[in-house]
Order: sequence, then structure tokens, then C-alpha cells
Amino acid sequence: MNASSPEKLWRSLAELANPLEFRASRHAEFNSGDSEPHKVNRRDFLRLMGASLALAGLPACTRQPIERIVPYVKQPEELVPGNPLFYATSMTWRGFATGLVVESHEGHPTKIEGNPDHPASRGATNVFHQASLLDLYDPDRSQGITGNGEPDTWENFVSVLSDKLDSQGAKKGAGLRILTETITSPTLLNQLQLLLKKYPEATWHQFEPVNRDCVIEGSRMAFGEMVETHYYFDRANIIVSLDADFLYGHPNSIRYARDFSARRRAPQPGAEMNRLYVGESSPSVTGTNADHRLPICAGEIDGLTRALAQRVGVDAVSEHIGLPPDQQEWVGALAVDLLENRGASIVVAGENQPSAVHALVHAINHTLGNAGQTVTYAETAEAQAINQNESLRSLVRALKINAVDILVTLGGNPVFTAPPDFGFAEYLPKVKLSVHLSADVNETSKLCNWHIPLNHYLESWGDARSFDGTASIVQPLILPLYGGKSAHEILDAMILAPGRGDYEIVREFWDMKSNGDELKWRRALHDGLFEGTSASSKKVTLQAINLPPLNQRLAEPALEITFRPDPTIFDGRFANNGWLQELPKPVTKLAWDNAALISPNLAARKQLENGDIVEIGHEGRRLRLPVWITPGQPDRSVALHLGNGRRTVGNVGRRAGFDVNILRNSEAWWFADGVEIRKTGAKYQLVTTQTQHVIDSEDRQIFREGTLTAFQNDPEFVRKNSESPAASNTLFQPQEYHYDGYRWGMSIDLTACIGCNACILACQSENNIPVVGKDQVARGRVMHWIRLDTYFSGSAANPEMKHQPVPCMQCENAPCELVCPVGATLHDKEGLNLQVYNRCVGTRYCSNNCPYKVRRFNFYQYADYETPSLKPMWNPNVTVRSRGVMEKCTYCIQRISMARINSEEQNRKISDGELKTACQQVCPAQAIVFGDIGNPDSKVSKLKRHKLSFSMLGELNTRPRTTYLAKLRNPNPKMSA
Amino acid sequence: MIPASQTVAGAKPGDMVLPEKRPKGLIAPKETFESVTEDIGSIVLTQKSPRAWWFGAAVAFALLMLLLCSISWLLYRGVGIWGINIPVAWGFAIVNFVWWIGIGHAGTFISAILLLVHQQWRTSINRFTEAMTLFAVACAGLFPLLHLGRPFVFFWLLPYPDTMGLWPQFRSPLVWDVFAVSTYFAVSLIFWYAGLIPDLATLRDRAPKRAQKIIYGMMALGWRGSAVHWQNHQSAYLLLAGLAAPLVLSVHSVVSFDFSVAMVPGWHSTIFPPYFVAGAIYSGFAMVLNIVIPIRKIYRLEKFITLRHLNYMAVVMLATGMMVSYGYVMEAFMAWYSGDIFEQSMMANRAFGPYGWIFWALMVLNVILPQALWSKRIRTNPLALFLVALSINIGMWVERFVIVITSLHRDFTPSAWGMYRPTFWDWSTLFGSMGLFATLLFLFIRFLPMISISEVRKLVSEEKEAQI
Repeated sequence: MNASSPEKLWRSLAELANPLEFRASRHAEFNSGDSEPHKVNRRDFLRLMGASLALAGLPACTRQPIERIVPYVKQPEELVPGNPLFYATSMTWRGFATGLVVESHEGHPTKIEGNPDHPASRGATNVFHQASLLDLYDPDRSQGITGNGEPDTWENFVSVLSDKLDSQGAKKGAGLRILTETITSPTLLNQLQLLLKKYPEATWHQFEPVNRDCVIEGSRMAFGEMVETHYYFDRANIIVSLDADFLYGHPNSIRYARDFSARRRAPQPGAEMNRLYVGESSPSVTGTNADHRLPICAGEIDGLTRALAQRVGVDAVSEHIGLPPDQQEWVGALAVDLLENRGASIVVAGENQPSAVHALVHAINHTLGNAGQTVTYAETAEAQAINQNESLRSLVRALKINAVDILVTLGGNPVFTAPPDFGFAEYLPKVKLSVHLSADVNETSKLCNWHIPLNHYLESWGDARSFDGTASIVQPLILPLYGGKSAHEILDAMILAPGRGDYEIVREFWDMKSNGDELKWRRALHDGLFEGTSASSKKVTLQAINLPPLNQRLAEPALEITFRPDPTIFDGRFANNGWLQELPKPVTKLAWDNAALISPNLAARKQLENGDIVEIGHEGRRLRLPVWITPGQPDRSVALHLGNGRRTVGNVGRRAGFDVNILRNSEAWWFADGVEIRKTGAKYQLVTTQTQHVIDSEDRQIFREGTLTAFQNDPEFVRKNSESPAASNTLFQPQEYHYDGYRWGMSIDLTACIGCNACILACQSENNIPVVGKDQVARGRVMHWIRLDTYFSGSAANPEMKHQPVPCMQCENAPCELVCPVGATLHDKEGLNLQVYNRCVGTRYCSNNCPYKVRRFNFYQYADYETPSLKPMWNPNVTVRSRGVMEKCTYCIQRISMARINSEEQNRKISDGELKTACQQVCPAQAIVFGDIGNPDSKVSKLKRHKLSFSMLGELNTRPRTTYLAKLRNPNPKMSA
Repeated sequence: MIPASQTVAGAKPGDMVLPEKRPKGLIAPKETFESVTEDIGSIVLTQKSPRAWWFGAAVAFALLMLLLCSISWLLYRGVGIWGINIPVAWGFAIVNFVWWIGIGHAGTFISAILLLVHQQWRTSINRFTEAMTLFAVACAGLFPLLHLGRPFVFFWLLPYPDTMGLWPQFRSPLVWDVFAVSTYFAVSLIFWYAGLIPDLATLRDRAPKRAQKIIYGMMALGWRGSAVHWQNHQSAYLLLAGLAAPLVLSVHSVVSFDFSVAMVPGWHSTIFPPYFVAGAIYSGFAMVLNIVIPIRKIYRLEKFITLRHLNYMAVVMLATGMMVSYGYVMEAFMAWYSGDIFEQSMMANRAFGPYGWIFWALMVLNVILPQALWSKRIRTNPLALFLVALSINIGMWVERFVIVITSLHRDFTPSAWGMYRPTFWDWSTLFGSMGLFATLLFLFIRFLPMISISEVRKLVSEEKEAQI
């Protein structure tokens, strides 16, 4: 192996904590108040009976929206049962739209894919988009309007609201406040403007806990106005991330991941690769892809940026910056690299960094000549980019002095997410009429007078802009399951009661824009976007930056805490989503909980083990939560993830995680210095899907890697070290199977893979993979068909991290097939390794004999046969497995069948690229390629001939159909590893 | 080859098997035909069961009820109630299966192989050990069925004319297991029953109660003790012994294929068949001793099961124990010698990994403690021997744990490594199966002659001949 192969592998076995028995998440069946009327009189009783009778009949119907919606890919003359239809729609995440194509079977949305035509998607999605399907069918969703905790009606609500609004008329709406999340919807903005025109004294506030205040302020500092920065990672040779998780957490991360990987995918010996430097305060998806990664406290990045700015010639920094030697060296080499790549580099600052860092980074990009080349500026897609913390602060100030008569909160959960120092929850009940629109009954709903169920984006009309400004339509695929409302409908009711449906509202707005051009509307529905609506780039001039004095770190042993959105449940809005709760978080592989991430050094110093509960104290506030020792975490920084520990949440999210918001405050919004940490002696069971231990030998041919230089010097280095025996080296019949038709195979590019987990959820959604719960994950029974293995090498303080997606290898010589006593797993004529569920008796011998351990067993009845609302979510083309049978990746055999049927109808072969597996389709990095290896011209065949191609555990002679391209890194030769 | 007829009791004394080689002290000198029949038969027919029987049977029955509860819960909930997972998809069920099958080896070994090689000391323990074999195999047979994810379709492992034309997959060792274990059970049952027939007739003849007469009479299949009966019986018995003898070797060899055919490091090993057979006999004899020593005390059968018997069984244990130890050494040696990194890391993990303490416990229980058997004082001290046998019995269970679990929990792909933690239901099924075994054993002691009356009478007559 080559020099940078897994040299010394270092982690000792982390013994899991005592297997405390935590009860499975089922607890109380109902949240009090949402479905049980407390005092029922005869009228209410009859009304409820009528409603439930009406509802009882509904689930049987095909819940197609009555408005005209246009199928996307195919337009059969009529709906053919069994043939799915695809509709373009879009989902907002962090306010910005990503175009989606949603598969619908007989009126049920069953799978979400990216819209290949949409600039923010290009066919891929992230985990949140995938998981949003489960949110639609979530049985814990809010199912009815409540007024002061009692079931009520929309009509009553509208009349109460109108009465109150009437009394605002005289005050010009001075007592009216609207609180929204980040908004990019043109229609919604229009409605808000109309409302503000009607009530000129009313105020519109925006707040999200994961907001971009620093980005906005930074832009103002550098350019005097808020402009959106767009990066072109495919054009950059050198990329520097300063605590920016642009591959995963950024609103445009799907696009960025694609662009970033474009310069890494299947490199040829002569090709160049980009080089990524990441300085970050906790290992992120972006950090794991770094060629040079520097663990650095979030509070030290300011100094680092100033030093970097100084070196590349930004004149805003005059004072001398004293850096620790490792940072000094890092910045020195980095600056040289940047200066050598003027106009072809990108520096990105993280959203958690203060505005000064953002301003400096703008200056660096300008100084390096990147502006206009790899970095462009444009009008923001946000309806109104404001400092959201300040916005919420002014709202609370108004609440405090009883100046708010009506507060309409459209989405979000500010009671849970607002900075504790604001006291939002304390003052919210002072409002005379508070209205909360949300998908579930959450902490905020409990404190509001009225709770209105929010329609899922798959059941309501709307629109939104993607990060680049492109407007797209949110097109429903199903009628509202529980009769919820959208923000459009509430605003419309406020403007002109009794209000209209969201279709009329959205349609009217776009008709106004396009002068009633029906074709344009249809086109937008079909394509999922309005062509040519992206924001045009904007000329900016760099202003003189007035840097505040550099904050000095407090002396040891003071620690820093950083807050970051949870990589799976984000800011808490996905807390009741089982797919996301069970999704192993990148790097830590924790599921169902969050933990304080601490470095191995800090753990040794404080004598902490994984799962030890610590008390973190900051400015008198204390938080107890377990620690997780995370390699690559800076020694003096503790990372905390937001969104966990929700108190008012459905069955899934209950008792999952710890609420870290208690420690947050508006002054130290993203990180805070001067924190102490104390071991309590208590233990908590944290569960992971990948146990941690030393790998005893580098000779296990599992993960192959090297540097670009090594590859250029010796393009055969991977092959030289692989010991796959020739197919003819066997005592048995070498030609046991004959393949006349297709031979399916897959190639996974480990250099391109960024480790974003999207493949896991896409597979879960496509293949009806059940959620098993924390207790079962702890027992090692997670069901994901494709897993993402993370390996570490190098020092514990700053290891290299690498990802390897592992689906079924579909071996030619499959060890599983040999040992099944009933022939339930066998080879098909296209080389697939089939699993016949109804023949399986469940001996589990196949799993024992699988060297890759990709088989999954239904130890219990994991698939939920009971919950009615989950049933329409299942992919009807995939068996829902019962207890006691083995299952595993099938290469999405249902998609192969569908493609085969289509091609045979047209009397042709399946063309290369026509057929994509779910994991391949979702991959933003395009790291997974699937196709016919019998066709030498197919993309996958070419990749299998690539010099970096290797088989996992090839020497076992299993001859896998899934192969990998070795991971290449592109370290700076001038820097020490 | 000695014709079968010549071994018939009451045949010409001169034709008896090499009397000069026949060891002394296999039976107390004062015993007569009458005393033998009375002593053994009365346990079943007239004696009140001793307090110890009632106590033992109660405990055994309670454990049997625990097994029933465990099985009911298992069938209701699924195999998830156990600690198994991915990667350790086989747990206690398979450990217990192999352990019970191993225990089931002593009976047939003692009855068939020792019969064929004319070791007459087997006479007073063979009935007992055959019964033990049957019960152990019955316990063993439960586990492969229960461990199936879908136990109700267990018959898909059988080659029956399925309407869809489906057959078992004959390359799978689990299918071989089905044949091996079921054949072994069938032959053992017939062999045991054939040996019982003369004694059942004796019981029928001596039974004081009508019900006993009818039941034993039916079970005796009309045995009248005529010379023709004896001749046919002995031919059949020897033939069955001839059939059973190779099964002793084949069953555990096939069971070992469950492991050695797989590619898992720690399983994929050519030494497994002989090593498993030796281990099986090792644990089988240990179990015989663990049962016989208390029973000879409680039922005062010291005159039939003498110290000499115990000594011989201890010697067999010592011999097979050394074979097993050799197997351990060879496994470690081959791991090193093969140069295969998976084998090497398997061995290192076995000894020094998270389950390392279990491996060292195995070494103490199975290799070090049994070295005491080199001493004749230990071999002839029932209490000491009981303790050593207990150590071996536990040790052999632990050995199967080491093979099954520590091999599986860390195999080829480190990212998929895991741990196995047995649950309450794992333990309850293990102890419950002991309850089933013990319940059957207590019923056997109560209702059937636990020592072969006819063969001991033969022994008495030979003893008499020798005195003359």
C-alpha cells in the first residue's frame, strides 16, 4: 500500500454503555388536547361524529387534487393502475426551494426524487427531501384545528380572526404581528405586502434557529448591501472552507456537492483535482472530504481568517495576528496555494462565523480575483433578507410591553428554538390572539390560542425560489390528509375573509405575472420551474472593512461550545421523523440522540467515556447530556447539536436527545467561550450503527486510497495491491453461470462520495425499509440496505476520514447462496443475487457467511402493518417484509423490471443510463454508477476498467458486481500530512 | 467375528467373550440373578420414589415450564427476543444445539461402539446413557427449529414432493444437518428400545398392578424370552449397534460442517469434524458422570455402577479431552501458519478481544482442570470426578460459544463488527432445555429400568462362571 494508506489505526474499542433499557417510543397514544374533546356537549358530539363519518370514507378514495396538475415524465391517456405517475413539485429547506419529481402510485406519493431540470437539484436531493415523504404520512401529524386546546373549525377561526382584525383597522394594524420562517415564496411575499398595505403599522418578523444573520451582516459589511454569494466549485482549483459545511448544510449544498465532485470524479492519471482545505470546529461532511483539515475552535477562525487575509494581501487587516504554530503553518501553505491559483480558488465562511469573517472572506475572494470567476454575487432569493435574531428580538420587545394584540406565527417553533434570553415563551401568552400554523402540535402550538394544521408541501399549492432565485411551483400530489391549511390561505383570510383556497391564490399571482398565459403556467407545472427566473448577477463593490478588535480566547481550561444544526433532524422540525432519527449521523454514526462531541484528548483529560453524562455550564445555565468522543474535534471545543430533546412532539421524537438550546443565547448565537464541563458520573446509552475499534491490519482489502501524486506516479498502484484471483482459478466450474442478457453491476467512486447519507434514505424510501427504533439499533439490528462506513486513519486529534457506501455486492461467487438450505437466495440470469422473501425460513446462515454483512434480518415484525396512514407510503412494487425473513439490497430490482418491461414493449434493449437505482439517482455527487457490465460501452463498464477500480475483499474470490474506485486525495505536497 | 448367538445370556459359558480380559469389579460379587432383578426392577415397580427424586423432578418440571414460556414468547414475538443481531446472527440457539448434540454422543458411543469392541463395563451404564442420548438429541432438535425466523415452515428443509417442485438446496450444510440429526435420533431410539424389550418383559412379569402389567406388556411386544427371541434380539441389537456406531462419528462431523463449510474465519477449518467428534464424546461422558454420580448415590446403585466404571469413563474423558486440546492448539497454529490475516486477527480477537475472558475460561475449564484426571485418586473419587465433569460440561458449552459468537462478531468487514449480549430469553431457553432434559430423565428413572436387567444378569452369570 501507499504511504497515505491507513497507517497506524488507533482507536480502542469503545465499550458501549450499560444496556439501559429504554422503552420503545410508544408511550401515550395522544397528546392531550389534540384529539380528545374535554367537555363534549350534544352539539359538539354530533359535529364530531359527522366529521369522523365523513373522514372514515375518505381514505378509501383516490385522493387526487381536483385542480389540474400535469404529469411530468409520461402522460398516459389515463392513469394505468400499476404505472406510477411523476409530478414536478418543490420543497423548501431552510426557506429555499429544491425542485423535486415525486412518484405517485394511484394517487399516493411514494418516492421523492430530485428534478433534473432544477438548478438546485439537478436530479439529486438531500436526506431532508427524502425524509419529507414520511412527514406527509406521519400519524402524529396535527389532525385538526384547535382553539384554546379544544377542537374547533376553520370557520370559527376565521370569524374570530376577522373580529380581532377589525379592531385593528383603527390602529392601522399596530397590534398585528406576523412571524414567519425564512420565506422565498413570491406569492407569500405578495400576500404579506398586501397585508402590510392594509395594515401599515403591522410588522412582519422572520425567525429560524438556523439562520443566516452572519452571512447577511457580513455581506452588508463588505458591500454595504445584502447580496447572495454564489460559488462555482467546479471552476475552482483551491477551495477553503472556514467552518462552512457547504457540501451538506448550505441551502444550495446539493448543487455545490455536484460541482465539487465534478472535479474529483473518476480521475484519470493526467487529470487535475481540486484541493479542499477545511478549518472547522467539529467534523462535518465537508470536513471529511478535506485534503487538509484543521481542527480549530470556532472562535479562533476569526484570527485565522485575518492571518490568511493578511497573507493574500487584503489591506483591511493591519495588526499582527499571533497564531499557534500548527495554524501558522497551515495558513502559510494555504496562502501560497491560493496565491498560485488566483481567479481559480474559493474561500467560504461558515454561517456560524461572525460577520467580520464573512466580510474578510469577501475581501479575500476579491483580492484573489475570484470574484466574477469562481464567485459571483446576485440578488438574494429570500423575500426579505433580514437579521432574524434582531427581528425576533423586536417582536419580544413588543410582546413585553403588551403591544401585540394578534400574533400569527406561520410555521416554525419559536418557543423551542428562540434564544432563551429573549424569554419568548414567557411573553407569548400575553398576546390576546395568537395563532400558530404548524404541521404538528409543538411547543409553540401549546402556548398559542389557535393551532392550525399546516398542510404538507405534497398536499398544498405554493411556490418558492431556489437559492439562485429560480421560482418553482409547489404542486400537490394528494388532497390534504387532515384538512390542514397553508400559509397562503391564512394570509388570504386575513386580507379578505373568508379567504380562498391556495390554488386560486397561487394561480392568481402567477397569472398576474404572466398576464394569464395558460401555457406558461402549464409549462411551469410540467418543468417544475419558471424558466429564466433566476436572479441576475449583481455588480458589487468592496467597501473598506472596519474590523472589530479580534476577540481573544479565554485562557485554559475554559472551553468553547458550538451550536450547529443536527445533521439529521436539523433544527428539530424533523424530530418526529423516524427515518431521520434512525439515520446515522455523519462521522459519529449516532442515531436517535445527540451528544456533546468532545475530542479524544479532552476525554482523556476529563476521564470521560462515550455515554458519560457531563454537566456543561455557561453563564450560570447548566445542561446535562452525554458525551461522544469524536476524532477530529478540536480539543478546546465542544459541539452541540440543536433540535434534539423536543418536549412536545409525536411518539417518534419523544425522549430522543437533549435540548441544547438552553445554553444558547442571542449574544453567543453559534458559539460561546468560557464554558466549563464537569463529569457527573451518570451514564446514558447512546447508540451507533458502526462500532468503533482498531482495525488490526491494513491488509484487509476493504478501503483503497492514495494521493493524486501517487496515482500519477504509478497509475497501477491500486491494481498492484489487489489480490483478486482470476476467475479461472477455481476447482469448480468457472463458467457456472451463463449470462446472455444484461449483467448488472455497480461502481462507486470513493473519491466523489461526500458521505451525505442521501443514498441511505433514498433506499429506505424506495424499498420500504422499516424503522426499528433506538433499542433495536443498540442491538445491532438497523435495517438500512446500504450503509455508509466511515473509517479513520492518522492521529486521533486530526484523522483523515473516509466514507464507503456499502450496498449488497451481488457477488458472482456469492457465499450466501451456497449455504441457504431452502434456496431462498439465488443467482438470477442477469447475475443478481436474489432474495426470495416468501421462500426464506430465516436461518440467517446467509448473513453469517456474508463477508460484507450487508444482509438485514427482520428479527421482529418491523414493518408497520397496523398504522393506516403509513400504508399508502409504501412502494407498491416492493414487498413489505414480514417477521423472520432476510432482506438485502436488490439493485432496485423493481426498477430493473420496470425498465425491462418498457424496453421490451418498444422492442429494444435498456439503454445505458436509462435505469438508475435509488441510491444512484439521489446521489448529489454522482458517485454511484449502475448499469450493464455486459455492454463494454456502458458507463459502469468503463468505470470497472478504470485503473482505480477494486473489489472490496477481492481476495476472497467472491467476485463482487459492486466495485469501487479507490479514494484519491490531493494534499498539498508542500504541507506535511 | 463372534456370532451373535454366542453372546446370548445363558449360552455356553466357554464361548463368552475373552474372559481373561474382562476386568474385575464391574459388579459386586454377592449379586445374584434374583437380587439384580429385584434391585433394579423395584425402583420402577414398587419402591417409593426417594425425596431427592421428587425434589429433582420438581425443579426439572419448573424449568420445563420456563422453557414452555420461553418458546411461547418466542413464537409470539419472534427471534428478536434473543440477543442475536447482524453480524452475530446465530447465538445461544446454535450454541445449545451443538452442545446438546455433543452430549447426545456418549450414549451411542457407550452402547454401540463399546458393545462392538466388547467393553463389558458398559453394561451397567448403557441403558442410562442411551436414554440420555435420546433426551439430549430431543433437546438439541428443538433449537434449529426454534431459531428459524419462521419456524412454522421448518419442513421446507425436508425433501418432500412440494407442489411447486421445490427442493431443499442440497449444497447447504443445514440440509445435511436435518438428515444427520434425524437419522441419529431415529437409530438411537430404535437401539434403545430394542435393548429395553427384555427388561420391559421382566417388568411386565413382576408388575404387581394390573395397569403396569398392561402398559409394560404392550411395550414388551410379546417378549417371552425364548431362545429364538434372544437370538433374533441379539442379532438385531448388534446390527443396530453396527448402524449406530458410524453415526456417532457422522453426526457431529456434519454438525461441524455447519461451520467449516462457511467462510467465516474461525469456522472455515478442516480440523473441525474430528475435533467436534472428540469434543462431543468428551462432553457426553462428562454429562454421564454428572448424572450417574448422584443417581448411584441416591438409588444406592454402587454395586452396579462401581468405581471402576467411573474410572473408565474418566479415562475416556481424559483421552478425548487431550484430542480437544490438540484441536485448540492446531487452530491457533494454523491461524499463524496460514499467514491469513483474517484467521490471525480472529485468533487474536478470540484470545484478547472483548470476549477474551470467555476464551481463557474455556482453557481453564476444558484443558487445565481436566488434567486432574491423570490422577487415579481423582478418577475414583466420585465428588472430585463430578466436579471435573461439571467443569468439562460448562467448558464444552463455552467452547461452542467461542466458536459461534466470537467468530461471528468480528469477521471480515470491521465496519460491521458488533457485540452479542444474551438476553433473559436466551438464558431461559438454555436452562429451560435443561429442564426438558432433566424432566425426561426423571420420568425415565421412575418408569423404566435405568440399568439393563438382562445384561447385568448376564454379567452375574459370567462372574459366576469366572469364579468356577
